[in-house]
Amino acid sequence: MGGFPILSAMLLVPLAGAIACLFSEAKTARVIALVATLIDLALGIVLWMNFDVGGAQWQFTERAALFAGFDYALGIDGIALMLIMLSVFLMPVCIGASWSSITKRVGEYMAAFLLMEVLMIGVFAAQDILLFYIFFEAGLIPMYLIIGIWGGDNRIYASYKFFLYTLLGSVVMLIAMLWMVIEAGTTSVPALMVYDFPPAAQTWLWLAFFASFAVKMPMWPVHTWLPDAHVQAPTAGSVILAGVLLKLGGYGMIRFSLPMFPEASAQFMWLVLGLSMVAVVVTSLIALVQHDMKKLIAYSSVAHMGIVTAGLFAFNTQGLEGAMVMMLSHGLVSGALFLCVGVIYDRLHTREISRYGGIAINMPAYATVFLFFTMASIGLPGTSGFVAEFLSLAGVYQISSWAAFVCTTGIILGAAYMLYLYRRVAFGPQVNEDAAAMPDLSMREYLLLVPIALAALWMGVYPESFLAPMRQDIAVLDARLSRAAPEGDADFAKGEGMPAAEAHAEGEAH
Amino acid sequence: MELSNSLGLVLPELILSLSGLVMLLFAAWGGDRLSSAISIACCVALGAAFALVAPSVCAGASGPDTIAFFGQFRADAYAGMAKLMIYAASGAALIVAPRYFDRLGEMRAEYPVLVLFAALGMSIMVSASDLLTLYIGLELNSLSAYVLASFLRTNEKSAEAGLKYFVLGALASGILLFGMSLTYGFTGGTSFAAIQAAAAAGELSTGMLFGLIFVLAGLAFKISAVPFHMWTPDVYEGAPTPVTAFFASAPKVAAVALLGRVAVEAFGSQADAWRQVVIFAALASIVVGALGAIGQQNLKRLLAYSSINNVGFLLIGLAAATQAGLAAMLVYLAIYVVMTIGSFAALLLLRDAEGNQLETFADIAGLSTTRPALAWCLLLIMFSLAGIPPLMGFWGKLVVFWAAVEADLLALAVLGMAASVIGAFYYLKFVKVMFFDEPADRVKGEADTAHWVLLAICAVLISPIGYLLTGWLVSIANKAAGSLPLAG
Repeated sequence: MGGFPILSAMLLVPLAGAIACLFSEAKTARVIALVATLIDLALGIVLWMNFDVGGAQWQFTERAALFAGFDYALGIDGIALMLIMLSVFLMPVCIGASWSSITKRVGEYMAAFLLMEVLMIGVFAAQDILLFYIFFEAGLIPMYLIIGIWGGDNRIYASYKFFLYTLLGSVVMLIAMLWMVIEAGTTSVPALMVYDFPPAAQTWLWLAFFASFAVKMPMWPVHTWLPDAHVQAPTAGSVILAGVLLKLGGYGMIRFSLPMFPEASAQFMWLVLGLSMVAVVVTSLIALVQHDMKKLIAYSSVAHMGIVTAGLFAFNTQGLEGAMVMMLSHGLVSGALFLCVGVIYDRLHTREISRYGGIAINMPAYATVFLFFTMASIGLPGTSGFVAEFLSLAGVYQISSWAAFVCTTGIILGAAYMLYLYRRVAFGPQVNEDAAAMPDLSMREYLLLVPIALAALWMGVYPESFLAPMRQDIAVLDARLSRAAPEGDADFAKGEGMPAAEAHAEGEAH
Repeated sequence: MELSNSLGLVLPELILSLSGLVMLLFAAWGGDRLSSAISIACCVALGAAFALVAPSVCAGASGPDTIAFFGQFRADAYAGMAKLMIYAASGAALIVAPRYFDRLGEMRAEYPVLVLFAALGMSIMVSASDLLTLYIGLELNSLSAYVLASFLRTNEKSAEAGLKYFVLGALASGILLFGMSLTYGFTGGTSFAAIQAAAAAGELSTGMLFGLIFVLAGLAFKISAVPFHMWTPDVYEGAPTPVTAFFASAPKVAAVALLGRVAVEAFGSQADAWRQVVIFAALASIVVGALGAIGQQNLKRLLAYSSINNVGFLLIGLAAATQAGLAAMLVYLAIYVVMTIGSFAALLLLRDAEGNQLETFADIAGLSTTRPALAWCLLLIMFSLAGIPPLMGFWGKLVVFWAAVEADLLALAVLGMAASVIGAFYYLKFVKVMFFDEPADRVKGEADTAHWVLLAICAVLISPIGYLLTGWLVSIANKAAGSLPLAG
C-alpha cells in the first residue's frame, strides 16, 4: 500500500459524508450515505487484500503527535481487521435498511449513522489508549440520538438508560487508564500490551475495565439496557447495535483485559465463567417466553455473548478463536435477524409475535431467508454459528468441563427459542388477515439479506479465510496468557499439551 | 527605577483604570447616546490590555522580574494566563449586551464602564501577592458586580439578584477579612511570601489554621463552591442574561486563579491542611451541582448549577497541589470559559417573535426542527459540559483527573468521575428536550450577527477541532503553573 494512510481515509470518508448529509435534502442524504459507506467497504476490501497474513503484528500503522498527552496513532492486527470488516460490511446494509422506513429528518439520521461508522472503525484501529477511549465513548452520542429521535414509543426511557448505563460503566475505566499511562509512561496500546503491571494493581485495573466491558458486552446481570435499547431503536439501529456495538466489549477484553492483566484475568476466570454460564441459561430461558420479536433476539444476543466471554476466558487458542468467530458470526446473524424483523415490521408495524403466523405461505422467499438465519443462530453445521459455538465450547471444555456442560445447554435452549419463534411467525395457520396479505421480499430487501447470508455461509463452510489473519495474533495472546493460565480439568489436554490442540483446530478449520 | 519598573509591570491595569475613568466622564456628560461608542472603546481597552499581557504569558514570565511595588503585585505568567481569559470573557460580555439591553430600553453608558472596572478588579486579584492587594482587587470587582446584577432597575428579579448578591457578597468579604486578620496576627505579615515563611517555619498553629479556613471560606463564596453556593442560582436567574454570562465566566476565572495562588503561594507548605477542605468542596460541588440541576426548569438556573458542578472539577486540579494540577486547573478554566460563553450566547439567541428572552425548557422543546443550527451548537456545548468525548469538555476533565491520579488522589478521582455521570443526566435532558420532544416553535427571534459569531467560535473551539490546539494550550498552562513558587 506504500504510504497511503488507508485507515485515516476510512475515517475521513464517512466523516465527510456525515457533514455533507447534515446539510442535504432527504434524497441526496440517502445517496451520499450509501456512497460513503460503499467507498468505505471498498477501502475495507483493499485493506484486507493488502493485509499481510503472518507478517508484522501491527500493520498499516500511522502516528502523528497532534494532541497534548496522547497521539493520533492508528494500526491494526488481524483481530481488529476482522472487526473493521464486519463494521464496513454492515454499514451499507444499515443505510439500505433505512432507505424507505426513515422519512423524518433523513439528513441527520444518515449523519448519525456515518458518525457511528467513523467511531467504530476508530475504536478498532486506535493504537493509543486515550484515543481508544475517545472513540469508545463518543459512540454514545450518535446512538443516543438514533434511539431518541427515530425510536419507538418508549424511546426516551431507552435512550437515557442506554446512555447513563454505559457511561457509568466506562468512567472508572478512564481512571484506570490514566493510572496505567502514568505507571507505564506510555499511551501506546502495543507497548501497554506487553507491559507487566504489578499483580496487586492488576486486580483493580481489571475490575475497572471489566465494569465497562461487561456493560458494553453486555453480560448478565448488567444486560438490562440492551433489550430496551433494541426494542426502541429503529431497525438499522438494532442492526448496528447487535452487529458491531456489542463487539466493543469483547474487543476490549481481548485487546486490554487479557493481554494487559493476565494474572488478574486468571484470578477472575471463575467470575467470568460463572456470569457467562448464568447468562447463557437464564437469558435463553427469558428469550423463550418473549412476545416481542426484537426482545427475543436481544436476549438471544446476551446468551451468545455469554459464549463469547466464556471462550475468551478459557485461556487457550480454541477458546479465543471461537470467541472471535462468535463475535463475527453473531454480528452477521443477529444483524440479519433484526433485519428480518424489520422487513415484516415495515409491513405490519408491530413486533408482537402473535400478530403474525403462517407467513411462509404468502412470503416464501422471506421464510427461506429467515429460516437460514434462524439455523445460523442455532448453530447448524455449515453455518457460521456452528464453527463459533464448537470452537468456543471446545476451548471451554479444556478449562472446565462443567462450564462447557452448562454452556452447551444454552445451545439446546437456543434451538428451542429460535425454532419456537420461527414456528409461530412462519408456520401454522394464517390467523391474521393482514399478515397473510403481506407481499414477499422486495428487490431492496433481497440485496440487504442475501450478502449477509452468503457471508454467514462462507464463514460456516470455510472459516479459515477469517481465522487465518487472526491466528498469529491469537497465538501471541495465548503465549502471553500461558504464564497465568489456570490448570484445566479436562484430562486430554494434560499429556499432549498445546501442539495437539492446535492441530485439532487446524483440522476443524479446513 | 523601582517605580518605573513597577509601572511597566502594571501597564495593562493602568490602561484599564485610565480608560475606565475617562469613559466614566464621557458617560456622565455624554449620556446614554454614547453607550455604543463607549462599549467599543472599552472593548479596545480590553484588547490593548490583552495584547500587552499576551507576550509575557507566551514567554512564561516568572521570577523576581515580575514583582512590582515591593512584593504587592506579581505580573507572572500565571496571572497573565488568567488575565487573558478575564479580558476575553469581559469583551464577550460587552459584545452580547447591547442587543439585550436595547430592547428593554436599558442600555446605559455605565454598563461597559462597570464591566471594565470589574475586569480591572479581577486583573488585580489574580496578580495579588499580598492580602491587601487581594482585598482591593476583590472589592473593586465585587462592587462593580453588585451594580451589574441589578442593572435592570425596574425589574424586580434583577433588583433582588443585586441585593442578594450584595448581602451575601458582603458577608463573604467579611469572612475573608476576618481570616486575613487572623492570618496577619499569627504570621506577622500580609505578603504571601511572609505568610509562607512563617507557615513553613514551624507547626501550623490553631490561629493560623482558623485564618486559613476563613480565607478559604471567603474565597469559596466567590467561586460558588459548595457549601457557599446558595446565592448562585438566584443571582444567575435574576441578573440580566449578558451579566449572568459575565458572572459565570470572568469572575470565576479570577476567583479560582486567586484561590490557587493563595493556596500555593501563601500556604503551599501546609498543603495537607487545605487539601482536605478543597477535596470536600470539590466533591460536594460536583454532587450538589449535579443533583440541584435535575429539577430545574429555568435554563439560567440550570446553568448556575452547571457552573457549581464545574467548579468542583476545577478544585480537583487544585487539590492535586502539584504543578500539573494547577496547569490542569488553568486548562479546565480556559475550556470552561469557552463553554460558558457559548452556552449564554446561545441562550441570548432564544427570543420569541416580540424579541422577549425565552429561558425555560418548555420554550426550547423541539428546537432542532425549527432552529437546527442553534440546536446543534447547544448539543455540542451540552455534551461538552457533560464531559463526553470527543468534545473539549472531556479533555478538560481528562487533564484534571490525570493530575489527580498522578498526585495519588485515586479515591477522589474515582468519586469525581462517578459523580460526573449524575451531571450527565441533566445535560442529556437539554438534548432530549431539543431533539426528542415535539416542537413548541416559540423561538422566532431573528438572527443577531454578534451572538452568532461568538457562538460559532465557541462551538468550533469545543468541537474535536479544538484538540489541535491542546498542545499549545498545555504548554502555556505549564509555563503559567511553573511561574508559581511551588513548595517542595
